[in-house]
Amino acid sequence: MRQVKIYKSFERFWHWMQAVLIGFLILTGFEIHGSYEFLGFRNAVHYHNAASYAFIGLIVFAIFWHFATGEWKQYIPTFSNLKAQMFYYLSGIFHHAEHPHRKTELSKLNPIQRLVYLGLKLLVIPVMVTTGLLAMFYRYPHAGEVNALPIGGLTMILVIHTLGAFSLVAFLIVHLYLITTGTTVASNLKAMITGYEDLEEEDEEVEELLQPLAARTRETRRGEVPSKVAAVLSQELTAQQEG
Amino acid sequence: MMNPIKVLFFILATIAVLILVEFPYDRDSGEDLEAMQQQYGQEHIPSVDHQKLAALKGPFTYPQEVTRQCISCHTERHIEVMQSSHWNWEEEAYIPGRGITYAGKKNLLNNFCIGIGGSETSCTKCHAGYGWTDAGFDFTEEENVDCLVCHDQSGQYVKDSGAAGYPAGDVDLALAARSVGIPTKSNCGSCHFYSGGGNNVKHGDLEEALLTSDRTVDVHMGYDGVNMDCIACHQTERHQMKGQLYAVSSMNENRATCTECHSNAPHRDNILNEHTIKVACQTCHIPEYAKVNATKMSWDWSKAGRLENGEPYHEEDEDGNHTYLSIKGEFVWEKNVKPEYIWFNGTADHYFLGDKVDPAEVVQMNTLNGEYNDPNSQIIPVKIHRARQIYDCELEQIIQPKLFAEKKGEGGYWKDFDWDIAAKLGMEHVNQDYSGNYCFINTEMTWPVNHMVAPAEEALSCTECHSRENSRLAGISDFYMPGRDSYASVEAIGKLLLLASLLGVLLHLTIRSISWMKERRNE
Repeated sequence: MRQVKIYKSFERFWHWMQAVLIGFLILTGFEIHGSYEFLGFRNAVHYHNAASYAFIGLIVFAIFWHFATGEWKQYIPTFSNLKAQMFYYLSGIFHHAEHPHRKTELSKLNPIQRLVYLGLKLLVIPVMVTTGLLAMFYRYPHAGEVNALPIGGLTMILVIHTLGAFSLVAFLIVHLYLITTGTTVASNLKAMITGYEDLEEEDEEVEELLQPLAARTRETRRGEVPSKVAAVLSQELTAQQEG
Repeated sequence: MMNPIKVLFFILATIAVLILVEFPYDRDSGEDLEAMQQQYGQEHIPSVDHQKLAALKGPFTYPQEVTRQCISCHTERHIEVMQSSHWNWEEEAYIPGRGITYAGKKNLLNNFCIGIGGSETSCTKCHAGYGWTDAGFDFTEEENVDCLVCHDQSGQYVKDSGAAGYPAGDVDLALAARSVGIPTKSNCGSCHFYSGGGNNVKHGDLEEALLTSDRTVDVHMGYDGVNMDCIACHQTERHQMKGQLYAVSSMNENRATCTECHSNAPHRDNILNEHTIKVACQTCHIPEYAKVNATKMSWDWSKAGRLENGEPYHEEDEDGNHTYLSIKGEFVWEKNVKPEYIWFNGTADHYFLGDKVDPAEVVQMNTLNGEYNDPNSQIIPVKIHRARQIYDCELEQIIQPKLFAEKKGEGGYWKDFDWDIAAKLGMEHVNQDYSGNYCFINTEMTWPVNHMVAPAEEALSCTECHSRENSRLAGISDFYMPGRDSYASVEAIGKLLLLASLLGVLLHLTIRSISWMKERRNE
């Protein structure tokens, strides 16, 4: 085993801020929806809107970070191990079968995670942000008057926003549970807090391959040959894993 | 490795930013209000003291003599009055489907005392003139303009009952004439508080208590507030008052609005300001009306005519409100009434004499137009007065009965208690057919509630409307409102999704635990 810094500090900050904000948005959002009374409707509305600004700010930083570091490639879907991963969750996990996906700092996410997180990033979050912004700015004060966008009402927008919210809660339930399915029950959580995780020892060959690759990754941060190198890295790595 | 203190700092910093961004939403700037309070707090100093005018020494026998004296100096003013609806009791209006109409108290029906046709002598107690006893009244006779009813400040000028607008016999006309000034609440209120035959009968938000109550009843007119007069808002230029009532008016024009003083964005909280595009100020700021004295909510004419020993009688509730009158029927009064709410775009239609009614439906004596998708519409609070009134069940028309008469035997219902004769005479009077068959039909009349504005701190809170249960806007269902509305299908899909995730996780956990335990036992 070797201790590896798998989640960088921004990544952890981003993750936990996101966790706090999404949790808070869910809490206030469902109060606005009328599901319960907690903070008071008016407070819920204002806090929900304020948290959404903070969330959008976080998203902007996160997008920048993902592109600047090339980490966005962690989310490129791969279907090669998908079946194995599903089979693992449905059966292998019950008798301590080996994780079909080997976690490395260059491939942190298993194929299911890649798909689900990509879905969140490309579908659920953008839809929630868009519908949310429309709901907030559908009516807007302008020069002492109040104007409205010509969209004829918020019904569909709010229905989609509500469905999105339900799916985020569902995601959260499953996500919180799957945290416990790492090498040990706490290892994933610990990794997201400290950044470090004990990863399995690589084969020597892989280790040899990884060293220069890791060095080249650092180079890419300086923006020299980012996409090409990253593509090579990704290919080589996948080949290694599959091999 | 990230310092836990650093993490905590980030989270606290974020929360602090959220609080800083949102904290001021409840604060009120207050500056504009202060300027307005100063403006309306100034007393008017008249340029003429009418006490000193020899022409008003009197004595006067007829009120027309006073009017002539008024006109002798204010040589054109009566012409302005004679162009107003206070004089004509009708106005020109375009109503879609009807074209150009001339409608007003003169010819429209309501579901209180129904209409003036045949009963002019009684109803014109509140006409700004003298002598309108029948359809032959000359609207061009200038000396019949009643200047005093609006301008008297002696407080003793009272129009008599059943006297076609003439003052009572004991009124000192000269005293009244010398006292004239700018109309105050009691001038306007002498008619507008008592419409429908008693205090607060019709409006619910306009009544004599406004002369003496504090700002909790009406924040504008309260004696301990700015103590505004009616004409502060109903600004009057050349005797044309701003503002109209949709019991008789039809067009979106000449409306007195809150926003003239308060603007469309008076709240510090922009989310509240954004409401104004669809919600009238009154909706949140008049949580209830009839706050001091009760108002009439329903009127059943079909119960009228019961006599005791051949004589009409009345019954009262504990507050002294008539619950039954032989001449009028049965009433329900209510106090501290929560308004009903409707969409309104400023245009209205009315029941016109001769319109057919559908006996299966509630007849709308006036219809206020509006809907969510109409950009001119706002949600407004209204009083809906419900009644059961006489109609011709063969010709299917609302009947204008003759109610008032000087003496028995003249056919007035209030003296003879004979609906058939009253209907025949009334319909004749307004040039309508009457089949001889009368029945009673349910009617509704919609009264916008604009007065008894509460102090800001008593305005409706969000959840009065934004709530699943008991939303004040439960009756307005043509749009989706957060907090009030949810679709059963969306809720079902959402809850199913959550349930499936939860059950899936629990099932997985159970199997995992069992297999672990097995493993451990095997070891």
